[in-house]
Amino acid sequence: MNKVSPNVEEAIADVKDGATIAVAGFFACGVPRILLQGIINKKVKNLTLCCGCGPLVGARAELDALVKNKQLKKVVDSYGLDRSMTKGLQNPFEQAVRKGEIELEVVPMGTLAERYRAAAAGVPAVYLPTGEGSVVEKHVVTNIVANRKPKETREFNGRRYILEYALKPDFAFIHAFSGDTEGNLRYAKTARNFNPVMAAAAAYTIAEVENVVEPGKLDPDCVHTPGVYVTRMVSVPRIKFAVTID
Amino acid sequence: MKLEGIPREMIALRVSKEINDGDYVNLGIGIPTLISNWIEGKDVILQSEIGMLKTGPLADVDMVNQDLINASCQPVIELPGTIYFDILESFTMIRGGHMGIVVMGAMQVTDKGDYAGWANPERGLDIGNIGGSMDLCAGAKKLFLAMEHTTKEGAPKVVKHLTFPATTAGKVNMIFTDLAVMEVTPKGLLLKEVAPGLTAKDVQSVTEPKLIVSPDLKEIEF
Repeated sequence: MNKVSPNVEEAIADVKDGATIAVAGFFACGVPRILLQGIINKKVKNLTLCCGCGPLVGARAELDALVKNKQLKKVVDSYGLDRSMTKGLQNPFEQAVRKGEIELEVVPMGTLAERYRAAAAGVPAVYLPTGEGSVVEKHVVTNIVANRKPKETREFNGRRYILEYALKPDFAFIHAFSGDTEGNLRYAKTARNFNPVMAAAAAYTIAEVENVVEPGKLDPDCVHTPGVYVTRMVSVPRIKFAVTID
Repeated sequence: MKLEGIPREMIALRVSKEINDGDYVNLGIGIPTLISNWIEGKDVILQSEIGMLKTGPLADVDMVNQDLINASCQPVIELPGTIYFDILESFTMIRGGHMGIVVMGAMQVTDKGDYAGWANPERGLDIGNIGGSMDLCAGAKKLFLAMEHTTKEGAPKVVKHLTFPATTAGKVNMIFTDLAVMEVTPKGLLLKEVAPGLTAKDVQSVTEPKLIVSPDLKEIEF
C-alpha cells in the first residue's frame, strides 16, 4: 500500500476552495511548511485553518502570503496573535482580524487537543473543566460577534464542566521526521506536538516527511502515528527556519 | 505612587523556595520562566506544554535544534531522562491534576483568587492568546502567580474585581510580587512578607482589597 505522492501538487490535489485544514505545529516547531507553501501556490481560497498553538505565528512568511492572497476565511487557534501588541498592530493577519475580514476563534490549547481527539475517536463532544470562570464557558470566543454561540455547562461531583464539540477537519497537514511508504510516521522531539492527534482527526491526512523509508525499516514498537490515519505523503527536504518568534 | 520593590529575578528566586524535591512543575511565560534559573540542584522536573518532561535549560547558539523548543518557543537542550510526548499526553498531565505546581504571570488578580492574563483590553481587541493557561489553571494542584504588584504607572494589579478578561476564577493559591508575598485564604488576602524597607501600610496603599496582615509578617525571605 504505497501512499507516497511524487510531489506536493499531487499530494494536495484534492484540497479545494472552502476546505477546513488542520495545521500541525507548535509555534515554529513541527509545522508542515512545505504543504502550506503548496496551498499558497495552488491559490485555493476560503480556507479554514484549524491550529493548536501558533503554527502560523511560527511560519510567518506562509501566514503573510495566505493573508496577502486573501485565501483565509477563518483560523482556529489557542495562540494566533503576536505576543507583542505593537508587533501585532503591524501584522497583516491581525489587521484583517481587526477589520473582521478573517475570523479568529480562540480556544484553550488542551481543549483543542481534546476536540481533535474526540473527532479522531468518534466521540461527538466532551465535558471539560478548562475555562471555568472565564468567557470560555459562556460562549465561543471569536472576533465575529454573530458567531459567539452560547456554551452548555453541566455539574459533575460539584464542579462545573463545559460541553466542547469534536473538531473534525476535512484535511490535516502533518510534518513528520520519518515515515514508511505505508504512512506509519515518527516525529522528532518537540516537533511531535499536535501532529499525531490531527493526523487521526482529519478525514484526509497529508504528511510531509523528511525521511521516507521502506516498510520494515521503522521499529514497530516506536511508531507515533499508525499508517491507517494517513491518506497521502510526500518526501520533503529538511528546511532550515528561524526557531524563535517575536 | 510607584513603590520600589525587588527585581524580577528576585521574585523568581522567592517563588523557587516553594518548589521542593520531587515536584513536577510547569512555568508560564514572563517572570515564571526566570524561576528555572533558581532551581538548579533541586530534584525537580519541569514540564513543557509542547510535550516534554525534564525540560533542559536554554540552548547555546551552537546547540540549537529546530525540533527542540520549550512552550515559549525558545530552543532548549535535553537532560539525561528527558522525554517527549504528544499534546494529548501533555494536557492529560496538565488538566488531569498531575502537575504539582503551576506558576503563571498575571495582569490582574483578586483577593478571591481570580486572575486575568490572556487578553489585554488596551490592545483594542476583545480576544487574545489563551495558549495553555486555562488548562494549567484547571488542573494545577497549587497555582502561584509571579507578577509586578502595580502597573508601570503605579496602579494596583491586585484588585477587588477584574476589569480584564478572567483566565480563571478562585484558583490562585499564592501571589508573589516585587512588593509582597500573599496567600489567598477564604477570608481574603493574607499578607505574609513585604519587600525590604516596606511596611504593610505601604503595600496596602497600592493594593485594592483589604489585606489581612499576618501576625508573623516579615521581610521577603530568599
